[in-house]
Amino acid sequence: MNLSFRIEKREQGSALFRTLATTGSIFIALFVAGFLLLSAGVDPAAAYLEILRESLGSSYGLSETLVKATPLIITGLAVSLAFRMQIWNIGAEGQIYMGACGATWVALFSGLDSPLMLPAMFAAAFIAGGLWASVAGLLRARWQVNEVIVTLLMNYIAILLTDYLVYGPWKNPDGFNFPLTAQFADAARFSEYFNTRLHSGFFLALFCALALYLLMERTIWGYQIKAIGSNPGAARYAGMRTGLAIFLVLTLSGAIAGIAGFSEVAGLQHRLQHGISPGYGYTAIIIAWLARRSALGVVIVSLLMGILLVGGDSLQLSWQLPVAFAYAFQGLILFFLLASDFFINFRLRRVKEVTDA
Amino acid sequence: MPRLLQLQHIRKTFPGVVALDDVSFDIATGEIHTLLGENGAGKSTLMNVLTGFYAPDSGSIYQGEQKIRFASPRDSLALGIGMVHQHFMLVPAHSILENILVALQNVPLLFPRRQLRDRIYQTIEEFGLDLNLDTPVWKLSIGAQQWIELIKLLMRDCRLLILDEPTAVLTPQETEKLFTVLSKLKQQGKSIIFISHKMREVMKISDRVTILKKGRSIATLERGAFDQNKLATLMIGNDSIPEWQKSLPFSDELILEIENLSVRNERGLADLDNFNLQLKKGEILGIAGIAGNGQKALAEALTGLIKVDSGRVMAAGTDITRSCARSSYIAGIAHIPEDRKAVGIAPDLSLDENLILKNFRDPRFRHGIFQSRSAIRRNAEEKIDQFAIKAGPKGSPVRLLSGGNIQKVIIARELSEHPTVLVALYPTRGLDIGSAEYVHKVIAEGAGNGMGTILISEDLDELYKISDRIAVIFRGQLIGYADPATASREQIGLMMSGEVPQ
Ligand SMILES: Nc1ncnc2c1ncn2[C@@H]1O[C@H](COP(=O)(O)OP(=O)(O)OP(=O)(O)O)[C@@H](O)[C@H]1O
Ligand SMILES: [Mg+2]
Repeated sequence: MNLSFRIEKREQGSALFRTLATTGSIFIALFVAGFLLLSAGVDPAAAYLEILRESLGSSYGLSETLVKATPLIITGLAVSLAFRMQIWNIGAEGQIYMGACGATWVALFSGLDSPLMLPAMFAAAFIAGGLWASVAGLLRARWQVNEVIVTLLMNYIAILLTDYLVYGPWKNPDGFNFPLTAQFADAARFSEYFNTRLHSGFFLALFCALALYLLMERTIWGYQIKAIGSNPGAARYAGMRTGLAIFLVLTLSGAIAGIAGFSEVAGLQHRLQHGISPGYGYTAIIIAWLARRSALGVVIVSLLMGILLVGGDSLQLSWQLPVAFAYAFQGLILFFLLASDFFINFRLRRVKEVTDA
Repeated sequence: MPRLLQLQHIRKTFPGVVALDDVSFDIATGEIHTLLGENGAGKSTLMNVLTGFYAPDSGSIYQGEQKIRFASPRDSLALGIGMVHQHFMLVPAHSILENILVALQNVPLLFPRRQLRDRIYQTIEEFGLDLNLDTPVWKLSIGAQQWIELIKLLMRDCRLLILDEPTAVLTPQETEKLFTVLSKLKQQGKSIIFISHKMREVMKISDRVTILKKGRSIATLERGAFDQNKLATLMIGNDSIPEWQKSLPFSDELILEIENLSVRNERGLADLDNFNLQLKKGEILGIAGIAGNGQKALAEALTGLIKVDSGRVMAAGTDITRSCARSSYIAGIAHIPEDRKAVGIAPDLSLDENLILKNFRDPRFRHGIFQSRSAIRRNAEEKIDQFAIKAGPKGSPVRLLSGGNIQKVIIARELSEHPTVLVALYPTRGLDIGSAEYVHKVIAEGAGNGMGTILISEDLDELYKISDRIAVIFRGQLIGYADPATASREQIGLMMSGEVPQ
């Protein structure tokens, strides 16, 4: 009798099981990462406590976590909206940049006065991100061009375009030639709270989550998005205009990602500069997936990511661990989270071979 | 007769549903054993337990004296149990040969392609089929796909073949052929489990019949101990069969005129070729024809699923060939055999949401842009009750319902639209007796209220029973009309083979 393992599809995991699997996978990741820490001569338990203390234990740490989570929530929502319709928006990164450019353009050159400034920046970011994504939307809806390729490639264009602006026409004349625009006026900045870097962008993100939840779960538009995502053929038959919907959803997805760019420049950077997003748009894809496309899920997963980012940074400072360690640590956690996702849908069973009698 | 397998007190539940409550039955070698039961009785689930697809919650399976446990479909295949599913599992882009090869075990890495080809062709010929192994599967009719599933099992030398509603996708001619094949297999000592809702077939082919009701096996009868009525009574129990009457003669007002409609398929051949048809108000117009003569294209063109190449569809004088208004004027119901995803449902959405797929914009179901959940729920409860849909727990995706119940969801939705014209493509395929009767009743009642129905069916019995007029289609063209009250089956049969009546 020999033993072997076999992969089987699970019928349906309960909600409890899913939560347990996800939590369990985080612990396994911590366990494995512990060996990494040990090899670097650091006590894992102390390091983990440090991560929690740094990211949650003080008002400063907590605010930093929320600040990091802000762009992740907004872009995560943007990506998950498109995922709901089986549209793969890989271009949130570029849309963040375009949103930031749009907002910056208004902040620097509109000459608007205080109360109108932020709404105008918001609108500009929304439109810029939306227009950017609408190119992919149009190509996909009209000529069936794969949106994955288009959105991905447009990321490079958006990032280089931003670089061109900050190295060229928008460069701060008094900036000693650094690739930065001038600082925004106060009217173009979010308010900050509790003497920390926590800014209104976080509340804007929560508002977006609520709005998207309502859109998806309560409105006839969300209903159509879900129906088209589930079966475009049936949706078309029922009289829904699938092409138009694809175009609009991709555009809206890009517009939301654009808001993240607005929030970053208005809340944090207060200017446009090279590399405003260290890949939030890509992390958002993973977030949307782990959150199973639900708005609340996006918020929770983004907060977890925020803890990881802030805690990982603190490890570098307290133990002089290399940056690579923080990346390895985040990678491990993601790896196990994704693996748990697999085990939620499939099971590995140890079986005794059934002998053919 | 020696027993091949024995199932005892099998129970299988899904979250919120008891699919199998307590089922016991056995299979002898060399018999054709039919499973009979209403939609959602648990037939497919039971077969999935038998093939190791689902693990039962309790109960046991014996092979002789030995208790066996399947950990996966592989184990049951190792025991020689093979199944053709209600919904096929072929790779559409691959050729027939590739699809069959995938199913074969122990094909060496550098497999002797020639030899295998020959063996497959041998099997194909043995059963008098006509298939080219290099054709990609998506080009095949559903009936042909079913044959491939069967050949897959035969190539693996299965001892027990399970066929889950195979005839629901076959033409009467193909069914005949299948039965010949099954008899041959039986003589070779193979056992067959057969599932069907059609009494005539069950009577014809079964050695034994086991009846499932609400997840319980309530009787197993030997050939000779059952007749059509007895089976129906057992299966239906105290559930009532809906009664209906054909409505009075219809008016002469035309509500739909199809003029010179032509539709080409993806191979560039004409599915419909200058097709003409006239439908009157309150009329049930049956479309008779041998499968593959353009029926599917007709239904799809009318419901807007495929593009019309030329010709017009006129609704009471206005051209609706390319107009959006068509979707509210014409409703369609179709049996979706191979691929539920094709048109009928949004599989991941709930039952409630699927029932409003076409009229979600109706003010009843929304306040402005917000959906009214209570109204949507009430609508679902109403439909579940009317059509006796066996629904799962509230909010669960509709793809988890049984085949027949999915079919009922589609019918309930399309008829609730109160369309002017209903296009029904094999509407009762896969439905149990009571549900089929209910569909007829609803169509007849609709006709009484002025709804015109184009009923496409291969079942002449059904056409005779319910149509006011029968139109015959052949190679995408209208051959002519016949009056079911006077025309004989022979006359219609001749027209179906292309002979124009004088
Ligand atoms: N994977 C699943 N998850 C949840 N419920 C299921 C699942 N599979 C089947 N069911 C439920 O179990 C019951 C029995 O379904 P089953 O498919 O066995 O019926 P059936 O007898 O084959 O009916 P039909 O004649 O309509 O094909 C149904 O109520 C169905 O909704
Ligand atoms: Mg079934």
